[in-house]
Amino acid sequence: MTEIATAERPDWRDEVFGALKAAEIRQIGYVPDAGHARLIELCRDDPAVPAVSLTTEEEGVALAAGAWLGGQRAALLMQSSGVGNCINMLSLTKTCRFPLLMLVAMRGEWAEFNPWQVPMGSKTQAAFELCDVLIYRVERAEEAAETVAAALDITFNGDLATAVLLSQRLIGAKRWTK
Amino acid sequence: MITKDRRLDRRAVMRTLLENRGELLLVTGLGSTTWDAAAVGDDHRNFYLWGAMGAAAMVGLGLAIARTDRRVLVVTGDGEMLMGLGALATIGVQRPPNLAISVFDNGHYGETGMQASHTAENVELVAVARACGFKETFDIIDELGLRHFAARIYNASTTLFARIAIRADEPPRVLPPRDGVFLKTRFPRAIVVE
Repeated sequence: MTEIATAERPDWRDEVFGALKAAEIRQIGYVPDAGHARLIELCRDDPAVPAVSLTTEEEGVALAAGAWLGGQRAALLMQSSGVGNCINMLSLTKTCRFPLLMLVAMRGEWAEFNPWQVPMGSKTQAAFELCDVLIYRVERAEEAAETVAAALDITFNGDLATAVLLSQRLIGAKRWTK
Repeated sequence: MITKDRRLDRRAVMRTLLENRGELLLVTGLGSTTWDAAAVGDDHRNFYLWGAMGAAAMVGLGLAIARTDRRVLVVTGDGEMLMGLGALATIGVQRPPNLAISVFDNGHYGETGMQASHTAENVELVAVARACGFKETFDIIDELGLRHFAARIYNASTTLFARIAIRADEPPRVLPPRDGVFLKTRFPRAIVVE
């Protein structure tokens, strides 16, 4: 029974994309990350959700503000290493009370091979909290879509900044040797 | 050779850019360009950045993608543009036809004591924009060039980039509202789709 249920359930990344669509997200800013690869692919294949490739994550914070001024909802996809890049730009979000949802693929935690990822990865949540960004963490695939949907609700109902941290255990640690 | 004192006056440039603005939406960057826009006159369709240095061009991109029915003009300074230089690469890929990025270039950081910026040395913003894929760029050093760009904002079919050489002076500050929530709330109301 369990196996059948698992087989019928869509991939959690597809479910997260469904949650973004259901919340009428109309622009996606992203810096590529292996953990977001499927989601980026889904956005790029859907003309209703223009996907804007960014050179650095803070560009996305400004993009989302502009989208909101124009009456559209935006969301950002980034890796935990990009969170530090956003710190000053989050002053735009906070001062103007722009709604902002960030989906963050975590590195530098569960089974991390590369120690250079650990300093930012281990401080991602704390850095966000210093900037008054609300944090939701996803450890299990079946919780991903509902967590993103809940975060979208609180973000756009309250004009708040939120981040959903997708744990490295969920995404799967990057494989360095084949 | 254009001597420094023959560069354009920043307040006159802003007046020219906005004189027939119609439905134009304006985003200004942290610092003097925000005061320049306020000097022309506050408008609910102006979104002034008082911080978040480097944000102006990207705010313009998000706005232009969201409102394809409106023209969007970003006016920022050389220092603000330099802090978000990667945005030119990002926008160079997207190139929405209703967006124009203009940089008031005096080669200095006017708000912090007039220290020289990279554009006072060898960095050429127009060359950067071209290299990033902008198809129509303007290097403006006189009134004629300015008028040409100002008209083009309203009928361009690709994202424009203009570098406008202005004098390194500091006209009296004219301060627009600085309450971010107020600015963010009034803007969409002013351009609401009926």
